Amino acid sequence: MSYINKGDRPTRAGFGEGLLEAGRKNPDIYAIGADITSSVGANLFAGEFPERFISLGIAEQNCAGVAAGLALMNKIPVFTTYAVFSAIRAADQIRISICYNNLHALIGGAHAGISVGPDGATHQALEDVAVMRSLPHMTVLSPCDATQANLLTQKALLELNGPVYIRFGREAVPDFTSPDDYTEIGKAQIMREGNDLTIIATGHMVWEALQSAELLAQKGIEAKVINIHTIKPIDKEAILQAAAETGLLFTVEEHQITGGLGGAVAEVVAEQGGARVHRIGIPDSFGESGTPDELLEKFNLKAHRFSPIIESEYHEFLRAGRK
Amino acid sequence: MTKITDSRLLLELSYNIRALIVKMLSTAGSGHTGGSLGLADVFTALYFNELNHNPQKPLWPDRDRVILSIGHVAPVLYATLAEAGYFDKSELFTLRKIGSRLQGHPGRDTGLPGIETSSGSLGQGLSIAVGMAIAAKKDNSGIRIFSIHGDGELQEGQIWEAAMAAAHHKLDNITAVVDVNGLQIDGPTTKVMNLEPLGLKWEAFGWNVIGCNGHDFSDILRAFREAREFRGKPSVILASTVMGKGVKSIENNHGWHGRVPSSTEAVEFLCQIDESYRIELSKSELSK
Ligand SMILES: Cc1ncc(C[n+]2csc(CCOP(=O)(O)OP(=O)(O)O)c2C)c(N)n1
Ligand SMILES: [Mg+2]
Repeated sequence: MSYINKGDRPTRAGFGEGLLEAGRKNPDIYAIGADITSSVGANLFAGEFPERFISLGIAEQNCAGVAAGLALMNKIPVFTTYAVFSAIRAADQIRISICYNNLHALIGGAHAGISVGPDGATHQALEDVAVMRSLPHMTVLSPCDATQANLLTQKALLELNGPVYIRFGREAVPDFTSPDDYTEIGKAQIMREGNDLTIIATGHMVWEALQSAELLAQKGIEAKVINIHTIKPIDKEAILQAAAETGLLFTVEEHQITGGLGGAVAEVVAEQGGARVHRIGIPDSFGESGTPDELLEKFNLKAHRFSPIIESEYHEFLRAGRK
Repeated sequence: MTKITDSRLLLELSYNIRALIVKMLSTAGSGHTGGSLGLADVFTALYFNELNHNPQKPLWPDRDRVILSIGHVAPVLYATLAEAGYFDKSELFTLRKIGSRLQGHPGRDTGLPGIETSSGSLGQGLSIAVGMAIAAKKDNSGIRIFSIHGDGELQEGQIWEAAMAAAHHKLDNITAVVDVNGLQIDGPTTKVMNLEPLGLKWEAFGWNVIGCNGHDFSDILRAFREAREFRGKPSVILASTVMGKGVKSIENNHGWHGRVPSSTEAVEFLCQIDESYRIELSKSELSK
């Protein structure tokens, strides 16, 4: 199966559509505004359901607590702001008020990753997955495109029961999946088959991974590509199967290589598998200002930048007789 | 639950609760004595008079909600809940022990009847109360939300975020109670981080401010009544209390914020509680 870009769209738009749709289906869904309602995509919901939109201003810690209070009264709150402020600034409030109470609340992390661009390091959430992933009860979602963001937002609100974190980006990126693709929270998606190595990606990097697989194919290397849209609970089975089949795994993410997707995959493989894992992402550093493209280039998060890394690692792997 | 209005009965209950607090903390070997004792009268008035609740049906949907924002005074909550019949008093002696439903700071996941939320990280409870109060208003329900705070706790910025939100959304179904004992771990609040003028701060944030003597039942009940009857703004009760109230030898001593009596001290404390009870009782007889 090969994927075609239906046209660039930001994943936050998909989140906004999913929130609106879920709001139409369930009258208990409430959205909380933290003064950046439109840029996180919650304006659609706020417009259609003004009575279920609660403006709380620039007060993220309070927002997380109010979400907990709403959930304790059987509402389904959605608190979304930039990921640096929802997942990181309000981490203690999410930990105690939401997770320790095991409440069904959706926390949106907007503008996640390095591709936020010119706003610079303060606004580039590169640790949100690590923080959210370590919280008990929390489910962590990272959709690969707008279509999937829409789908997962609805599933998180209408099917799950517990705290959920969903991260999405700012930039318009290829929208290539179909709403009809089999999508289940907790299940990895095999986007492409290949026997030589596996690229495991999340978020915006799934498209890049598919491009990379094409570039590698031109060199005679067949890469399997896996989309991990659910970073927690992670699909161990899919990872272990890829480890057994190809022996060499690459993770690609717009996040620190510690604690995020790379960390999660390495944990699974170290405990139960026997493959080599090479993590591609932000190498324990802060971001900086630049255009999204410049930054993705700089941090080797474009297909044409990380493909050569994969290629040379692959040859090294063969030379070492690991295969 | 039937409301107790007789101050003498309330006094007796509050001193029973103080005795339970001393016993359970001494058995546990660690925990927070000072604040728990200081709040015994406020908790007694709340659970035995003001609150609309049913200990036999702790999950009754229309119950009023109590959010203990200062999780460290869990002993006063646990002892009050047990005294009100939410669970057997014998369970109080499992406090802080492995497998207990009485966690050092309240954990909702334990399923202990009467626990509305987990807490222990200061400053979070008022936000939860705001969320609950908004939900109650949306449902056109008459449920009231009580949140309990420490004075030191008010140094947390999140409290003021929540205070602003409660006033903005006109949440007159919230009554916040502040335990104004003037002390926190490092010493007097005036030295650690001054909160005064506290009433003016709440007023400036759009709240109805009510003061009371947190050890005088008729005054506490008056404060609750004023809060209940006030419309259009959330109410805050600034309850003046004495940390360690009832155990003379530790009253107003911030060193007892997070210390517990040894078993010999506990016997001594219980005698002091008995004596304080008699003194308070005779005072209330005199004032009649
Ligand atoms: C966010 C947070 N910071 C610090 C603490 C540690 N702590 C527990 S109680 C306390 C003092 C609270 O003072 P106050 O609210 O006046 O309570 P009191 O000492 O009067 O019982 C502190 C600093 C905590 N539990 N949570
Ligand atoms: Mg105090």
